[in-house]
Formats: sequence, structure tokens, C-alpha cells
Amino acid sequence: MSEAKNKEVLLQADKLTRRFGGLVANQDISVTLERQMIHVLLGPNGAGKSTCINMLSGDLPPSEGKIHFMGKDITGLTAAQRSQVGIGRSYQRTNIFPQFSVLENVRLAAQSRRQEPWRIFSKAMEAKWALEKARTCIDEAGLGKRVDWVSGVLSHGEQRQLEIAMVLATDAQVLLLDEPLAGMGSEESASMVEVLKRLRQTRGILLVEHDMDAVFAVADMITVMVNGQLLECGPPAQIKASVAVQQAYLGTEDSFHV
Amino acid sequence: MNAQASFILKLVAIAVLACVPLSGESFYIEIVGKVLVMAIFAMSLDLLVGFTGLVSFGHAAYFGIAAYAVAILSPQYEAASLWYVLPASIGLAALAAFVIGLFVLRTKGIYFIMVTLAFAQMAYFIFHDTALGGGSDGMYLNNKPSAAIFGWEPFDLNNEVHMFYFILAIMVLVYLFLARVLQSPFGRALVGIKSNEHRMQSLGYFTFRYKLGAFTLAGGLGGLAGFLYAVLFGFVTPELLSWHESGNVLLMVILGGMGNLAGVIAGAFAFEMMREVFADITKYWQLLMGGVIVAVVLFLPGGLAGIPGRIKRAMQGGDAK
Amino acid sequence: MDFATFLIQTLNSLQYGLLLFLVASGLTLVFGIMGIINLAHGSFYMIGAYLAFVLTSATGSLVMAIVLGIPLALAFGAFLEWALFAHLYKRDHLEQVLLTYGLILIFEQLRSLLVGDDVHGVAIPAFLDASIQLTEVMSYPVYRLAISAVCIVLAIALYFVIQRTRLGMMIRAGNDDRTMVESLGININMIYRIVFALGVALAALAGMLASPISSVFPNMGSHVLIISFVIVVIGGIGSVWGALVAALIVGFADTFGKVLVPELSGIVVYVVMAVVLLWRPEGILKKG
Repeated sequence: MSEAKNKEVLLQADKLTRRFGGLVANQDISVTLERQMIHVLLGPNGAGKSTCINMLSGDLPPSEGKIHFMGKDITGLTAAQRSQVGIGRSYQRTNIFPQFSVLENVRLAAQSRRQEPWRIFSKAMEAKWALEKARTCIDEAGLGKRVDWVSGVLSHGEQRQLEIAMVLATDAQVLLLDEPLAGMGSEESASMVEVLKRLRQTRGILLVEHDMDAVFAVADMITVMVNGQLLECGPPAQIKASVAVQQAYLGTEDSFHV
Repeated sequence: MNAQASFILKLVAIAVLACVPLSGESFYIEIVGKVLVMAIFAMSLDLLVGFTGLVSFGHAAYFGIAAYAVAILSPQYEAASLWYVLPASIGLAALAAFVIGLFVLRTKGIYFIMVTLAFAQMAYFIFHDTALGGGSDGMYLNNKPSAAIFGWEPFDLNNEVHMFYFILAIMVLVYLFLARVLQSPFGRALVGIKSNEHRMQSLGYFTFRYKLGAFTLAGGLGGLAGFLYAVLFGFVTPELLSWHESGNVLLMVILGGMGNLAGVIAGAFAFEMMREVFADITKYWQLLMGGVIVAVVLFLPGGLAGIPGRIKRAMQGGDAK
Repeated sequence: MDFATFLIQTLNSLQYGLLLFLVASGLTLVFGIMGIINLAHGSFYMIGAYLAFVLTSATGSLVMAIVLGIPLALAFGAFLEWALFAHLYKRDHLEQVLLTYGLILIFEQLRSLLVGDDVHGVAIPAFLDASIQLTEVMSYPVYRLAISAVCIVLAIALYFVIQRTRLGMMIRAGNDDRTMVESLGININMIYRIVFALGVALAALAGMLASPISSVFPNMGSHVLIISFVIVVIGGIGSVWGALVAALIVGFADTFGKVLVPELSGIVVYVVMAVVLLWRPEGILKKG
């Protein structure tokens, strides 16, 4: 287990705080994401994980705190700007283009990397680079056999795969994945975990997940959040053994039995 | 219906339309010409409503601005050059759409509908209350633009048959143009925005720019329709910018089934036909029109373009049990 | 502008703004709580005015007309909601816009059929038909002051109902989370019906109150409708308080605009709206 390698810090969030009127959803959350690392955000329901990931992706502005991407301050950037810079996001609730085919969903994602809107007489379907990239990403996400299906009829798990394919097509360096395994059976879960491991080789992945088995199979680093606050952060072994974490889960419906 | 049948149907429709001047009846030539102008107007709005998902209730503003532009820019006692007033009018309408777009596209949903209506009202009042366009009486276009290039006149818009084919040709070109734009990456992005704008943003699209582009383009094409209207009838009034006009063209779009260019052309025909027929039946024709509108919304969500599908499903539903 | 004129225009602005508030409050409530955009709202104003004309002619008293007219308007609103608007909740905005646009046509034509297209006057009730002396040369109609007073009372009553009663609480809750309210056993459909009927009645009442001043004429609803939209945009959807502030702003802008820049008076209101849009696209006082 060599940890001597000095990994490149891709995403650095410092003391992110988010208030909704009187409610403090996130308080002083700091997270570091390095390349070739899978960092998992863990916590019982209502811990504030979604708020945190929303702040990282630009879907929600923080009330306080800063975010840096590869050294640059991106706190003020919109979601679209962050995507262009290299941050990709997948969503827990279905957030695709349901009337489009799987191919078109991912092709649109790929197209975002080379936007030339003034070329109104060129045909989108003749841009081979986008189509090829889309097909590659669809295969990588394991959705190859559904390429021409209308995405709205895919199963919940398949839509999660589609989300991954779309994010891949944007060449994101940082992947922010919100419950990518939701709705998947054990076989699909296992293949998705393999996909994530493969992706880890070249990028940094931050994910929110409930499935404990998968979390501990794949995480390099775990941050546990409770009630909007950072409880503990460390490698899986440390978290598994932590009494504080066990206690945090007691009295919640989530179980912490691994 | 499949692509081949659809293509043949469109060719037949164009052929039928092309035969209208052969009837020699000025009345029909003018009225079909007007419907073709409305079809262009409706297609321009469909780009916004049916494809980008922007429900604009003020589209008549651009129609009217271009109509007034050709009247104002044309000299009083001689014909202006078509090759000057046409681009100028469209350009002004597009410019207005661009500027207004900068304001209205800051809003969404219900707000957007209301502010587009409000800005169109603003334009209406400008033409109605000031001396810019002859006030509430409107103004005349004394001479139709001349198509002369260096002394050679390819066609004469004073000739009603030439005028008709001019309008028909432009309508077909607009259709082909929009069909092509919608296949472009820009067009696909617009459709993506309609489907899920939030996702487009998180994929790295600056959706405000795309929407502004669509709004401006639609404004320019709406202006093209307004230009043709002014040239066809030789008279413009502030009522061209009224919200009734905006409502009518919106109705044409929904009648035709949004997001279907050919359907929208059919919608324009259906609307104008209804207007003529109802006006013949009773002086309270708007009552019938209102009733039809309510009925269409309640019972015909796919518009006319949706009818073949509904018939098919109804027939299949009967058999397959 | 001398002081007397200024005072008169201020009172006019107040009265106009408050009347607009009556109309806009119903509009913003229906938008905010039911999510429906209703272009026919201006027609209710028109219907109120024509009701005032018909009933005043029949009974000889505007007060009587109002007393009879309000329940009629409420019933009409409840009926409309049941027959048509209840079907619109699930529809998208475009369909709502079109259907209610169709309704405008129907209402205008029915009005034309039943009452004709003439312009009519409505008599001010005798006990209000006087003037208050402001200066030696300027006086101000009592009736206009009465309008403002009635509107203020209604505004307070509206505030009270929404903020302090169980009904108001249910209305506010239904605005935030319809399904939750339903699961609590509260009949959300009834609430919607009440809110809609209330909106209709407020607009109709505004029309009735305005009828002696503005006369009763075809298409009187259109202008009020669009101005109401501007008010809702400026004030923020769903915010009754925002509608009040915005209505007063519009009342002042329009009235003083007519005095100061008569040729451009028609567009002053829209310029104000454009400025607000640049500054706060969600409205000045949008809640939440």
C-alpha cells in the first residue's frame, strides 16, 4: 500500500457553509479530492451530503467558504462554467433528456466540448467526433446494448449508467457522482464499481453513496457528515473502526453494519 | 406517418399552392398569400415555443416593427429597393428581439410569458401614441419595393401573381432554413434546452446565449413575415403589434402541434380558414373562435399534427383486444 | 406643478394604484397558489363593471349593485374553477395561456351579445356624490376617496385572512406543498376553489368600484390585465404584499407620467418594469 505518491489535488473545498434562512444545511465542510482517488461522502439521511455536492457542482452557491479546482478559485463560477473547466456531475434524481435516445443524450454531452453554435448549416449528426465519443462513453458505462433506446424507458439503474456516460463524454477530470449505484441489482452494482475503479486511474471521483458494501470496496477516503457537519475524515479502515461514526448512525434508520 | 409519405404530401401541398394564381381570382390569391405570410410568422414562433420551449406572448412586436420599418424606410413618392428594405426591416426586427431578449430571458416560466407580453405592449404604445408611425391611424406603404438590380427587374411585386410566388418561395425557403437549423448543433442544443435546461447547463452549455440566439433569430423571421404583410397589403397599423396578434399566432402554433414545422403551416391555414368561415356565419365569430380554442386545448393536446397518430391509435385500440 | 395639483395627482395615483391592487392581488394569488396563468382575469374586471351597470340600472343604486354583484361574482368564480380551471392544474403554461385567451374572446363576445357594444356611464351613489375642498380653487371628489378607503379596508382584510386565519394558513401551506396538505386531510380542491372565486370577486369588485369613473366600455379588461401582469412581475408572484407595493408604484408612475410626459405615458409603466427586471428578475418582493 504505497501512499508515498504525491497526488495532484484536483478539488479543494474549504469551510463550505450553506444556510437556508434559519436552517444550516452545511457547516464548515472541507473536502480534498486528489487525482486517482475515490472519495466518498457518507452520512445518514439529512446529513447534508446533497447540499455539499450541489455546492461543489455549482448548482447551489455557498453562503461561506471557497472552492478551488486545480489551484484556481472557482467559488463564483456557475455550473456551466465549472463543467467547461473540467468538473462533471451526475444526479441522484433522474436528470437526463427523457425523450431523446441514449445516443443523443450522450452525443449532446460530447457536443458541449466543441460548441460552434454559429454553424447553423452543419448537421449535428455528421459530426463524427461527437458520435464516436458518445458511443465510446456509452460502452464504457456498460450501456452499449441500449444505445438506440429512448432514455425515458430505461430502468433506474440504467439511467444511472447513462448519467455516467454523459459525464464521461464531457471529459471531466473531477466526477461528482450522486448515488451512482441507486436502483441497481448486485450484478449491475458490481460492474459499475468496476467502471468506477477504471475511471479512478485517470481522474478524481467524489461520490455520495448509501450502499455500504460498495463504499468500502471502492473508497480511498471517506468523509462522514452528520447534521450538516463534518464528523470524521479518513481511510476506510479508520472509519470502520470509529466509535463516533457508529454512534452517529445509532438511532437513525440507516445501519452501519459492514 | 413515415418520412416518405410525409415528403410526398409536402410536395403535393406546394404544388397545390403554386396553382392558386392560375385561378385568376384576386380574392383567393390575396387571401392565400396572407395565410402564407402567417405561416412564416407561425414557423418563426414555433422555433421559440415548440423547439426551445420559450412561450413568448409578444411575438407580434417583431412582426409589427418590420412592417413599420418598410413603411417608414420607403420614400414617399417612389419605390424603395427591395434589396435594401428587406434586409433592413428584418435587421431592425432582429435587433429589437436581441435587445428585448436581453431583458426577458432573465426570467422563466410564467414571468417570461408576462414580460414578453408587456414588452410587446410597450412597442404597441410606441407606435400608437407617437408620431413615429402615423399614430393610431397607421400609415401607408405607397409603393411596393422594386426588385430592380442595375436596371433589370426579375419580378414586379405590383403584379399580384409575382407577389404570390415571391411569398410562396420565401415560405418554402424559411421552412427549409429552419429545418436545417434544427438539425445543426445549435438546433439540437435548443431542443436539449427545452427538454432539460438545467442538465444542459450542468453539461457546460451557456443556455442564456443559446436562448438569446433563438429569440433573435425568431424575431428576425417574424419580422420577415411582417415585411411581407406590409408589402402585400400596403398598409400598417399599430394593431399588428397587439396582443391579439400575438395570441393568434400562438394559437396557430398549438393548432399545428408544436415542434412540427409543417404542422404549424397547416395550423396557420386552419386558423385563417376558421376565421373566414366563422366570420361568415356570425358577427360574433370570436365567440366561436374562443370556443374552438378552449376545445382544442382541452381535447386536442397534440394539435393537428397529432391527429394522424390519434386516429391510428384509435383504430388499433378497436382491433387489438 | 403647484401643490394642489400635486396633491390631486397623488390622490389619483393612490386610488388608481389601490384599484389595480385589487385586481392584481387575485391574479398573484392564483399564480402563486395554483400555478395557473389566467389571461381572462381582466375579463372579470370588465364583467364586474358591466354587472355594476346592469344592476345599477335595475335597482337604481350602485351600492345595491355591489351588494348583489359580489356574491354573483363569487359564485361565477367557483363555477368557472369547477368547470374549467380545475383541469388546468396539470397542464403546462402554454395551454393555460391559450385556453384563458380563448376565454377572453368568449367573454367579450358574450358581453357584446347580451349588453351590446355601447359605452355606458354608471351613476355615483348620491351620498358620495360630493367634493372636498382642497384649496380655494381645487376640490376633490369624495367618491374617489371612498374607493381608496374601500380598497385599503380590503387590503387589511386580505392580510388578516391570509396571515391570521386557519383558511389563510391552509392557503399558504397549499402554496408550498400541495401533496402534504392533501395528506393532512385538507381538501385542497376546495381551497383552490375558494382562492379562485376570491380572485374573481376582487377583480369584479374593482370593476364595479371603477365604473362611475372610467365608464363601462368594451375591451376595458385588456389594459387592466396587462398592467396587472406588470404589477405581478414587479411585485413577485404569490406575494400579496409585493402586489400592493408594485401596484402603488405603477399607480404613481402612470398617473404622474400622464401629467409630465403625456406622449410617452403609455410606456412609463413598462420602462419601470424593465428596470426592475434588470435589477431583480424574480420581482422586488418575491417570497422565499
